Amino acid sequence: MNILVVDDELDVRALFEQRFRREIRGGQLRFAFAHSGEEALDYLHQHASEVVLILSDINMPGMSGLELLGRIRQEYPAPPPPAPPQVMMLTAYADEDSRRQALELGASDFLTKPVDFVALKQKLLQLAANDDAPS
Amino acid sequence: MKLIIFPPIPSILVSLFIFLALRHFLELPERAPRLNWLLKYLWVLAVPLLVVLETVGSRWDTDVHWLLDAVYVGLMVLLAGVVLIRMRALRPARTLLVALAPFALQALAKLALYTLPITAGDTLSSLIDYGKPADVYWFFSIAWLVVGTLVAYKQQRILQQEQLERELEARIKFRNQELEQLVEERTASLNRQTEELRTTLQQLKATQSQLIQSEKMASLGELTAGIAHEIQNPLNFVTNFADVSAELLGELREEHQKGVVADTELEAELLTDLEQNLTKITHHGQRAASIVRGMLEHSRASSGERAPTNLNQLADEYLRLAYHGLRAKNKSFNATLTTFFDPDLKSVDVVPQDLGRVLLNLFTNAFYAVQKRKELGEPGYTPTVEVSTLHRASGAVEIRVRDNGTGIPAAVRQKIFQPFFTTKPAGEGTGLGLSLSYDIITKGHNGTLSLQTEEGQGTEFIIELPG
Repeated sequence: MNILVVDDELDVRALFEQRFRREIRGGQLRFAFAHSGEEALDYLHQHASEVVLILSDINMPGMSGLELLGRIRQEYPAPPPPAPPQVMMLTAYADEDSRRQALELGASDFLTKPVDFVALKQKLLQLAANDDAPS
Repeated sequence: MKLIIFPPIPSILVSLFIFLALRHFLELPERAPRLNWLLKYLWVLAVPLLVVLETVGSRWDTDVHWLLDAVYVGLMVLLAGVVLIRMRALRPARTLLVALAPFALQALAKLALYTLPITAGDTLSSLIDYGKPADVYWFFSIAWLVVGTLVAYKQQRILQQEQLERELEARIKFRNQELEQLVEERTASLNRQTEELRTTLQQLKATQSQLIQSEKMASLGELTAGIAHEIQNPLNFVTNFADVSAELLGELREEHQKGVVADTELEAELLTDLEQNLTKITHHGQRAASIVRGMLEHSRASSGERAPTNLNQLADEYLRLAYHGLRAKNKSFNATLTTFFDPDLKSVDVVPQDLGRVLLNLFTNAFYAVQKRKELGEPGYTPTVEVSTLHRASGAVEIRVRDNGTGIPAAVRQKIFQPFFTTKPAGEGTGLGLSLSYDIITKGHNGTLSLQTEEGQGTEFIIELPG
């Protein structure tokens, strides 16, 4: 399963790669990284059908995570084929307003920072299993 | 009888006139009001006397007239004498007394002559009433009286003159005292006013420093959320990297325990990762520490001491703080932050806390302006705040803070550096930010703070610091 992680913090890459090193080595999960909403859109345009899940920070300079979510839902409106990527939002500002806004925009989940990697791993593996199952 | 007998009417009128003159001469109304009152009503006695003399008196015989005349003159002389003795404290009165004495002596003697028994009277009359000596004496006494009166008059004039001078002096003295008192009062009131002004000035100064402090605290309050966010991020990394490193170590140990079959390549990779993680932990720990340090420095009263400061780093720190501070208040807000830091910019001697406050103010204003423009809902508008530094060839340093916000109207431009001027709604701005910034740059660092702005397009503030 291909996952695109969008966060303006560069060290997120190192962190994810280490946190999910077994899964990456096992080929269950594949990560790509973008440091801004704009970069994420570019990546999506190039690898449209590959990305199953997007994990995005909300607070980023330039295009925010919520804006990115809106754009993705705009560009990939219809259900399959191909299936639109799921988008999980990650934020340090876990207020009700942002959560509601994210879910309204079509986010599949809303996680707060600091990330609970154990829970995240479970979720991702479950999704990966579902993703692999039909194909 | 050689004494001149005055007809009753002129005689009485003359005596009344003499007493009137005497009263005024001796200033009796002021000096002896009661005596004056008595003399004033002398005519009450004179009138009946006159009436009697004019009616019944015409049938009397000459001797009676003589007697009455003598009695009358005697009484008048006595009265005058009493008045003069009473007023003897006055020099002219004493002079008059002396002047009157010979005349009075004769008048009294004549009175005695008529009233004393015949024999004694005869002796007396032989002495004073007959022949030339009496006439000479009478002439002499009148002349004496006239000369004495003149002398008394002169004395009186001198006395009056002296009195006038004394009064004048007294008045001058009084006026001087009045003036002195006035001057004293004025001086006292001026001193009081000066004291009041000094107190007010001190109060104002105290208030000013309180305001500056509260402005600082207000801006810090705005930053709290930004600071929390800025600390939270590195802290997350520290925990995560520490956590993941523990996992890596576990894996490494497992691999190590395999002994000969251990995957050395994996071991090397794990070690590299561990090494990298420790560097990252240090890096993020320092990042958090530097934010805390910056916050402490910001809240601390400025030491006013210059220290070599990396302006690029300072600007970057405050840009992030301001941005996250605003984000915390307005979740939907977003802006593109652009930085152009001159790598040639060496550390500059500034008061870091003060310059930080200036930058914070400029950034906060810039974000406010772009936020306002965003609220207008222009399609395709991207809020952008840009900070750039430049080390000029001349040695001067330039920091520019540019936004593409609402810009500043011409009418407002004149006032933005004035204390307490704010366009923000009540409670959102102290109106001190830019005025303090201006003071910090111009007075504190001998630099300049200028701006370029276009309404609806954006604003650029330019800080110039001498090299």
